Amino acid sequence: MKATRHLRALFFLPFTGEGGPTKWGRMRALDEAAQDGPSSVAHSRDTFSHKWEKGRAFCMFAAAATLLAAPAHAFTAYVSNEKGNSVTIIDTDKMEAIKTVKVGRRPRGIEISKDNSELYICAGDDDTIQVLDTKTLKITGNLPSGPDPELMILSPDGKTIYVSNENDNLVTLIDTKTKRQIGDVPVGVEPEGMAVSPDGRILVNTSETTNMAHLIDTQTKQIIANVLVDARPRFAAFKPDASELWVSSEIGGTVAVIDPQTHAVTQKIRFEIPGLSKEAIQPIGVAFTNDGKRAFVALGPANRVAVIDTATKKIEKYLLVGQRVWHLAFTPDKKYLLTANGVSNDVSIIDVASLKVLKSIPVGAFPWGIAVATK
Amino acid sequence: MIKRCVIGVSIAALLSTLPAAAEPLHVTFGVLRQPHSSETLSILDLPAEDDTLAGALIGVADDNTTGRFTGQSYEAVDAKLASGEDPVAAAQKLVDDGAVAIVVDLPAADLLRVADALKSRDALLFNVSATDDSLREEDCRANVLHVAPTRSMLTDGLAQYLVWKQWRRWLLVKGSHPEDELLAKAYRASAKKFGAKIVDERIYVDTEGGRRSDSGSVQTQRLIPPLTQGASYDVLIAADESDVFGNYLPYRTFDPRPVAGSAGLVPTSWDASHEQWGAVQLQNRFRKQFHRGMNARDHQAWVAARMIGEAATRASSADPKTLAAYLTGPDFTIAAFKGVRLSLRPWNRQLRQPILLGDGRMVVSVSPQEGFLHQTSELDTLGVDKPETKCRLQ
Repeated sequence: MKATRHLRALFFLPFTGEGGPTKWGRMRALDEAAQDGPSSVAHSRDTFSHKWEKGRAFCMFAAAATLLAAPAHAFTAYVSNEKGNSVTIIDTDKMEAIKTVKVGRRPRGIEISKDNSELYICAGDDDTIQVLDTKTLKITGNLPSGPDPELMILSPDGKTIYVSNENDNLVTLIDTKTKRQIGDVPVGVEPEGMAVSPDGRILVNTSETTNMAHLIDTQTKQIIANVLVDARPRFAAFKPDASELWVSSEIGGTVAVIDPQTHAVTQKIRFEIPGLSKEAIQPIGVAFTNDGKRAFVALGPANRVAVIDTATKKIEKYLLVGQRVWHLAFTPDKKYLLTANGVSNDVSIIDVASLKVLKSIPVGAFPWGIAVATK
Repeated sequence: MIKRCVIGVSIAALLSTLPAAAEPLHVTFGVLRQPHSSETLSILDLPAEDDTLAGALIGVADDNTTGRFTGQSYEAVDAKLASGEDPVAAAQKLVDDGAVAIVVDLPAADLLRVADALKSRDALLFNVSATDDSLREEDCRANVLHVAPTRSMLTDGLAQYLVWKQWRRWLLVKGSHPEDELLAKAYRASAKKFGAKIVDERIYVDTEGGRRSDSGSVQTQRLIPPLTQGASYDVLIAADESDVFGNYLPYRTFDPRPVAGSAGLVPTSWDASHEQWGAVQLQNRFRKQFHRGMNARDHQAWVAARMIGEAATRASSADPKTLAAYLTGPDFTIAAFKGVRLSLRPWNRQLRQPILLGDGRMVVSVSPQEGFLHQTSELDTLGVDKPETKCRLQ
C-alpha cells in the first residue's frame, strides 16, 4: 500500500477540484513538467490554471462586452504590494493597471477616505501610516500609528481611523482631520483584523496568537467582550444589517459567525475542496454583497474564493483565482469583486452576477490589500 | 537546582465573556532541561544559558496576554540540571510543587526514565528536544507529547527537496557516534522512500579532540578532500549529531558538490532566519527580550507553552487530565508560524509539522514539497506513518 502511495506522490500532480483546469490544462501542465524538470512541476499547477483562466476570461469578456448596453462605470482600485513597496492603481473599466506609485516599506492594509481624496497606507516596516493624495499621487503626510501597523478601518462617519499594530498588542485610534492619536486599546497578541459595526458603535479587533475577537465600545474605548475563535484570526466583517459578525481564522481554517448582541459563536463555517488538504484552506478576506445575502471568503493558498449563501451558510461555489488570495474589495456598484493574489502577483476580477472570474491583472510584487474609490 | 521564576502573572480581567472568566485559573508548568555541550565547531552555535527556557518564557508571556481576557495566569518554573544531576528527582519535585506539565529538554534515555517515573502522576510531558524515532515507536508513552520532530521527519523533509531538485545520488558521510548511525539509518530510509540513491558511505571518526584551535583551518583543508574523494554523487549528506565534522565539509569536498544534512542545507523545525507566515513577529518578540536568535529548541518550547495555554483556554481548566484530553482529542490544532496548522498524530502523539530547510542565513525551502501527496495530511509524508508504526500507547 505504502509503496503505491509514494509512487503516486512522486509522479502525480495534485490537480483536482471544482473550478480547476480542464483535462487539457492538466495534460499541458504534465507535459511541460516532463520537459522542463522540477522547476515547472512546482509552478505548473497554478501558472497553467491561471493562463487557462485568462484565456477563457478573454473570450468571456469579449462576449460580455458586446452584450453590455452601456459601458460599466469606471472606478479606481488601489492595490498594496507587500514586497513591491508600491501601490498599483487599476482602472476597473479598462480592467488594467494604469499606474504604480512608490510608497513606504511593506505596505499592507489600505483604506480610502470617505471623500476619496486620500488613501491611507499601512507601511509596517516604516512603523507609520502614509497618506497619499489620490489626485497628485504624492505622499502628503503620515498618521501616527504604533509600531508595525497592519490593518485599519475607518469609522462610518470617516472621522476616526482604527489601526491594529502587530508589534505592541494595541489598537490605535487616530483622528483623520487633525491626524493625531486620540487613544489606544490594549488587546491580545498580534492584533490584525479590524471591523466596525454599521452604526459605528462597536469596533472589532482580532488577535492572531491570542485567537480572539475583541469587541470594543467606540465611545468608552473599553473592551466589552472577548470571543474565542479558531487559530490565527485575521479578518472581521459585519453583515450589512449588523446581525452577524464574521471572523476568519487562517490556520484554524474556519469562519466563525458571532452574534454581536450575545457575543456567542453561533456557527462555524468550514470549507472542503476535493483534492486539497485541509491545511491548505486558509480563510482570510471576507466581503458581503450590499443586500447581505451572499458572502465571499478568500481562501489563501487554496487559491480560491468561496461564495457563501449567508442565510444557510452553505458554500455555493469555489471560484479559482490567483495564488495565495489575501484581501477582497467590491467596486462601489458591487458588480465586480477584486482579489489580491499574493504569490501570483496579480488581481483577479470576479463578476458578481455570473460568479465567473473575468480576468487577472498583473500588479506589483506580492499584492496584499485592496481599496476601491467610490467614484 | 530548581530556580523559581514567575513570569508576568496577570490579573483576571473582569470584562471577559468567556466561561473561564467565572473562576480565575493559575497554570504552572516546569521546564526541565539539560546543559548543552559547548563543543561546537562554530562559536556561533555555542548554546545560550537560557537555551530552551527562553522559548518557554515567550510562550508564557503570550499565554498571559490571552489570560488577561480569560482570567487565567501562567507560570514557568525553570529546572536546569547540573551535569550528572538526576532528572527523575527534579521532575518529581516539579510535579510535587504543582506543575501540571513539564517541558522536557533531555536525551531520549533520560526522558524515558522520567516518563516511566511519572506514570502514576497526572503531569503531561512535552518532549522539545529528543528526535529519536524510538520514543514515538517501540518506546512510546501515553504521557509524552512530542513537539520536536523525529529524525525521520527531518530526513524525509530534506529528501523530498533533494528529489524535487533531481539531486538523487547521495554520498553519505556519517560520524562514529551511535546517534550518527541512527541519523544515517534515517537517511537510508528516506532515500529508499523517495527514490534517491546512496552511492557510497564514509565514516568520519571522532578522535575526541577539542573544537578550538588557532590554526584549525589549515589541517581541515587537507583532511576533507581525501575523505570525500572517488565517488560520483550529486550532493553530500552529513550525518553528524555531535557537531564533530559536519561544518568542515562545505567548500572543502574533493569535487565541487553541495553539502546537506548536519551542515550546509539543514533540515530543522525552526531557524532564527525564518520570517514567513508572520514568523517575523515571533522572532522580533524573542530578540527584543533575549538579545539573540530563536533556535529550534526555543521554538519547540514556545510551541509547548502555547499548547498548554491553548488547552487551558479552550477547556477552561488547569486540571492535567482535562488538558491532556483536549490536546489528544480531535479538536486540537495549533498555529506556530509555519504556514499551516499543526496537530498531533493520534497514534503516537507526535506533532505534525512542516520542516524548514535552511543554511543558517536563509530558509531555502519548506517541506512537504508540492506534489508529495497523502490521503489524510501532506504533513504525514514526513516521518514514520500510521501503517508502519510500532507504537502501542500505554
